Amino acid sequence: MHSTARDIPTKVWDALASLRLTMFVLIALALVSIIGTIIPQGNLDPQYIAAIGGQQGNRYKLYSLLGFFNMYHSWWFLGLLGLLSANVLACSLKRLPQVWRTAFRPEPLLTEAQQRSAVCCQTLPPGSGSDRDRLTKLLAAKLGRPIITEQDGQTHLFAQRRPWARLAAYLVHFSIILIFIGAIIGSLFGFKGFVTIPEGGTVNSFTDRKGVERPLGFEIRCDQFTVSYYPAQDGHNPMPKEYKSILTLTENGQEVPGYKHVRLIVNEPLSYRGITFYQSSYGTTGTHTFRVADAKSGQEQTITVSSEESITLPDGSSMHVLEAVQDVSPFVPGKNGPAAQLDIHPANGGPTITLLSYANHPAENRAEAAKAGVPVLTYQGGVERPYTGLQVNKDPGVWVVWTGCLLLCLALYVAFFLPHQRVWVRIEDHQLTIAGHTTRGQESFRQWFNALAESLRTNASQGDNQ
Amino acid sequence: MTSGSLFNLTTIFYMASTLAFFIYLAGRNNKVGLSGSVLAWIGFAIQTVAIGLRWKESYDIGLGHAPLSNLYESVVFFAWSIVLVFGIIDAKYKYRVIGAFVMPFALLGMTWAQLYLPADINPLMPALQSNWLTYHVITCFLGYAAFAVACGVSIMYLIKVKSEEKATDAAGGILSLFPPTKVLDDLNYKAIMVGFPLLTLGIITGAAWANYAWGTYWSWDPKETWSLIVWFVYAAFLHARFTKGWVGKRAAWLSIIGFVATIFCYLGVNLFLSGLHSYGGL
Repeated sequence: MHSTARDIPTKVWDALASLRLTMFVLIALALVSIIGTIIPQGNLDPQYIAAIGGQQGNRYKLYSLLGFFNMYHSWWFLGLLGLLSANVLACSLKRLPQVWRTAFRPEPLLTEAQQRSAVCCQTLPPGSGSDRDRLTKLLAAKLGRPIITEQDGQTHLFAQRRPWARLAAYLVHFSIILIFIGAIIGSLFGFKGFVTIPEGGTVNSFTDRKGVERPLGFEIRCDQFTVSYYPAQDGHNPMPKEYKSILTLTENGQEVPGYKHVRLIVNEPLSYRGITFYQSSYGTTGTHTFRVADAKSGQEQTITVSSEESITLPDGSSMHVLEAVQDVSPFVPGKNGPAAQLDIHPANGGPTITLLSYANHPAENRAEAAKAGVPVLTYQGGVERPYTGLQVNKDPGVWVVWTGCLLLCLALYVAFFLPHQRVWVRIEDHQLTIAGHTTRGQESFRQWFNALAESLRTNASQGDNQ
Repeated sequence: MTSGSLFNLTTIFYMASTLAFFIYLAGRNNKVGLSGSVLAWIGFAIQTVAIGLRWKESYDIGLGHAPLSNLYESVVFFAWSIVLVFGIIDAKYKYRVIGAFVMPFALLGMTWAQLYLPADINPLMPALQSNWLTYHVITCFLGYAAFAVACGVSIMYLIKVKSEEKATDAAGGILSLFPPTKVLDDLNYKAIMVGFPLLTLGIITGAAWANYAWGTYWSWDPKETWSLIVWFVYAAFLHARFTKGWVGKRAAWLSIIGFVATIFCYLGVNLFLSGLHSYGGL
């Protein structure tokens, strides 16, 4: 045993290019990926943080330290993906030269070694190959024109089909790397953000994921936003059929040709200058008026609150409007007139209460208030206009990803279903030997091979008869 | 004739087919085995008509979408795909007994759908209104079906290997019908060779669709992540073929684990985890 310094890079290289590493990384990725499907990711719900022991708790600290709350971007998960990439590249670099030689610098002679590694091999009586032209034709019909080599009084024929199919496995690996590259390009040079535009409003910037306001470089106006519904089915709320924004793009105050009153719906994004808009959410913005009755004094007062803000009620709790409609009848059977859905955060810090407040049903309001222990709120109606919420994206890497996906599918198909097939024939004075090899589909190849051998045998016996 | 009653008929045929295969397993009567296959094919034909009819029914009530949009429809399509893949293998390799290990999956799916799942044809919410829905569901479930067949074959492989190790005569009786272990191993590999590209296509069509609908082709949603977990398991299986020590029993176990992960990806994610996918409320 000698372990010199020179051996270490070799050992590392061999380990990196080993199938054992492939198996390890694939199984490790499968196992650790489960974590992020069980532990919530991204912005955590305060209730969840409390449930695992609070921000000061050891479990919370451990999970945070290990990156469990953003695990698919944690150093160790990205490290595993990096290791997979390194493994794929190393395997390809190590094996590709040999595979390239097998495919494109084939051995045209049928040697003993080739005969041993062949999928099928038969020895036929002499005369079988006497008609070399016919043999050439038979091989050409199935595989392609054979290469004919004369050596030491022997004649060798070699024909092959789809040598390039050998490279498919490497193309599979390359396309996976390409998908990774596309994803990296997207995360380095692209952005994701969000913008809300009230009907009739115009914006020229959006908020990115870090909460930073960024310019669009052009203006976007929401001419109209509508929701259409399917006819209501018995006992169910009507189901939304289409969320539709009508948008107009302008640049320096000039309307962009072809972008006037364009439609944006879910599943049909709108792109301009590399930025793509997706119909993502909607809501209403405006002001709402309520009558508030204090539970003790019974005194009433009128309050006005905008959709975006919270207001403090006489008892010290705070309230904000989740959603309001001016006619509730399609949503709540038996009720009519304006209604608002509210969130109330009690003054004593208790759990949030969600309730409905009607304009035309005071008894309901009193019952709800009594149940929740909050002041009686009577919705008076509101002035509001809809807004549309758009996802704003730029991803210059997405076409690299799709190219990778397309190549991946093509390469998988070739690798699994289009075999590289080879046949050698050695003609000697006393006998004729044929050997065949295929990378896949041995049964059907063997059938064809046996039929070929049979027809050569018949040919030989006919030759004898003549 | 409504699609619902045809689906009931399908279930009855799959039940009869499964029974016939079980009897074939016990009695080794070739005619019974053949009848198992024939019953499966008749059931499959009826189910094909029923799926077409349901599609037409959705147009009749003014909705007009492919019957691939909710849990009921996906379970029905899954069962259909399993019988299709089994039928192809049966026609090609003539190892009828595999039916005894594959048809139960189809029967289970149809029974669950017909007895417990709401069969209403629902309107599609805006995010589901896309042609990608059809491509995504078809590729995924054909892939899942190939994995179901691979799982059935792997179970047979493990039973056969175990009995060969013990070399008991009693078990040899029933097991004489089983294809040789080499053939079972090969069929397992072949089914996964079909399933893996289909799963890959299913993940890609899902990503493309997500990109159209939300502007993100990958967001590590639990469903997406689990489909990737399944992909990793089968990728490991395919590489295991070239590795010493991972062939045979371990490969069969990988195939079974892969199918368990597949079923979790399909149903478990919706039952136990939250996410973006439809038929959330099981």
